[in-house]
Amino acid sequence: MRAPSILSIDKLSLEFPIYKGTVKALNGVTLEVAPGEIVGVVGESGSGKSVTSMTAMRLLIDGSFKVTTGSITMLGKGIVHASEKTMLGLRGSQVAMIFQEPMTALNPTRRIGDQMVEVIRLHRKFKKREAQIEAARLLQEMHIGDPEQILRHYPFELSGGMRQRVLIALAFSCEPKLLIADEPTTALDVTVQRQVLLLLREKARQLNTAVLFITHDMAVVSQFCDRVYVMYAGSVVENGPTAEVIAAPRHPYTQGLLKALPDRVPPRTPLEAIPGTVPDLARLPSGCVFASRCPRARKACTVVPDLHPVDQSGSHQVACWAVQEEETQP
Amino acid sequence: MSTATAAALVPVSFDRNSLRYRLGLVWYKVRQSPLTLYGLAIITLVFATMALAGVIAPYDPNAVDLGQRLLPPSGLHWFGTDEVGRDLFSRILYGSRQSVSVGLFVVPISGVIGSTLGCFSGSIGGKVDMVMMRMTDIVMSVPSLVLTMALAAALGPSLFNAMLAITVVRIPSYIRLARGQALIIREMNYSKASLTFGASRWHIVRWHVLINALPPLIVQATLDVGGTILMAAALGFIGLGAQQPTAEWGAMVATGRNYILDQWWYSGFPGFAILITATGFNLFGDGLRDNLDPKQKAS
Repeated sequence: MRAPSILSIDKLSLEFPIYKGTVKALNGVTLEVAPGEIVGVVGESGSGKSVTSMTAMRLLIDGSFKVTTGSITMLGKGIVHASEKTMLGLRGSQVAMIFQEPMTALNPTRRIGDQMVEVIRLHRKFKKREAQIEAARLLQEMHIGDPEQILRHYPFELSGGMRQRVLIALAFSCEPKLLIADEPTTALDVTVQRQVLLLLREKARQLNTAVLFITHDMAVVSQFCDRVYVMYAGSVVENGPTAEVIAAPRHPYTQGLLKALPDRVPPRTPLEAIPGTVPDLARLPSGCVFASRCPRARKACTVVPDLHPVDQSGSHQVACWAVQEEETQP
Repeated sequence: MSTATAAALVPVSFDRNSLRYRLGLVWYKVRQSPLTLYGLAIITLVFATMALAGVIAPYDPNAVDLGQRLLPPSGLHWFGTDEVGRDLFSRILYGSRQSVSVGLFVVPISGVIGSTLGCFSGSIGGKVDMVMMRMTDIVMSVPSLVLTMALAAALGPSLFNAMLAITVVRIPSYIRLARGQALIIREMNYSKASLTFGASRWHIVRWHVLINALPPLIVQATLDVGGTILMAAALGFIGLGAQQPTAEWGAMVATGRNYILDQWWYSGFPGFAILITATGFNLFGDGLRDNLDPKQKAS
């Protein structure tokens, strides 16, 4: 194991009760984030990426969900049964979050400056004027040219990229140990996306903030993350150092995902797709969740595979019976 | 601050944050709908009447002149006189102070109390919200006029008690409206983002919910002024509002009823004053709704 982790999720299973049944959103997710590390979580819609992050921040509405097994430890504190007071101590000052929609994450009726001052003064004993100066400084660090100006504007007067920068500045305002970024660039176009990502990384490295980066974009992960977790139907199917996972994916799902990237095939050839669709989370098959779509499915797949290391250091792990067989019979 | 807008964002030379620009924008929108303008004109007229009643009125509204009983409208008495020879035009001018001030007193108070309670109820949720909603259900299940009459009668007939009764009965509708808004706003991304930055629930109510719930509440309040004036007149009509000899439109219509067949002007002019005033506030409220509430754009 590496240094004591900032965020450690251990075999977390979570379900949402619905009429006559349950939606099993997470099925034994295990995830570690070390200090200062940028960790990517990829997966398609409904794979449990966002639920994982929302649960870690305890943002899901009380009573709407049930954690069946497992635990979340954030900065040494158990999160699953933490009190609201504990969470208030963590949120903002220790852990911050950025959302997918920069359009709606700022209050439309308040000036940017007022909103920033409010957040800054929540955690630090600043006078109003000092907080304004601090807000301007934070924006300056986000490479915003005329911060004093932006502070006087309302959110609707800013572009998406600008708003996301304001939010990143806010998230970093208290120098958190962990930043959870839930698809922070999905709503932005590609050039702005790149700028925002570079800013995010620069700031994270500078303050030694760990980032849990949730996305469905493999290309972004490959440029941006130290390590990556690939999720499918509420389970982690593969994880490891980004370069290794991208260059030599082992799980059939990861392989399928990477094959489906358009830049890997010549123009005018159809993209390779993974056959079938994501299973209904309310009626999950027993055993490996990917088995029904897997080209390498076998008898063993009726039992849920655990993550097991596939390299010497043990940092690259895959949950697949087929891969495990290969490993044991060289 | 003079050239405050960044050229890159807004290539214009005026300051979009200035009060002048904002008021100009509101005026620009209002100007596009003639009905709102009529409403505004009527409201202005009514306010002018309230302020200047003492200057415009040709007679003392309470001066009895038994030699001039029940005269028809003429150059001397524009709206005629009542059964004890008081000038009706003067009484209607002074009466505006009673009727309209009811609206201006009741609506802000019930609006502020109701909105605050509603925002908290929606934001806190759980049992508090349940109890609050059942209480509003009880109040709203009784027709509002009947409940207001019962309350006003129980408190004793006077203008102040009538106002109090109307205020109490109006509160639940604001609670309902504000609660609905609070439920929407607390699920908005900016409320959640605030949570992740470490804001408490109380802070979110204060900082996000109250202000973003305002537009529909303002519309509701403006529309309510007209309704409240009608309600006050209704209470005056059945004798639960302002007492004689105070000039009050509802009470004037009520007394005039005894003479309606031969002296139509006695009930007619105060009734017309009520109609015009209530219409003015309603038209203006409708116009505001079209501008403030994008979901209910007038087709």
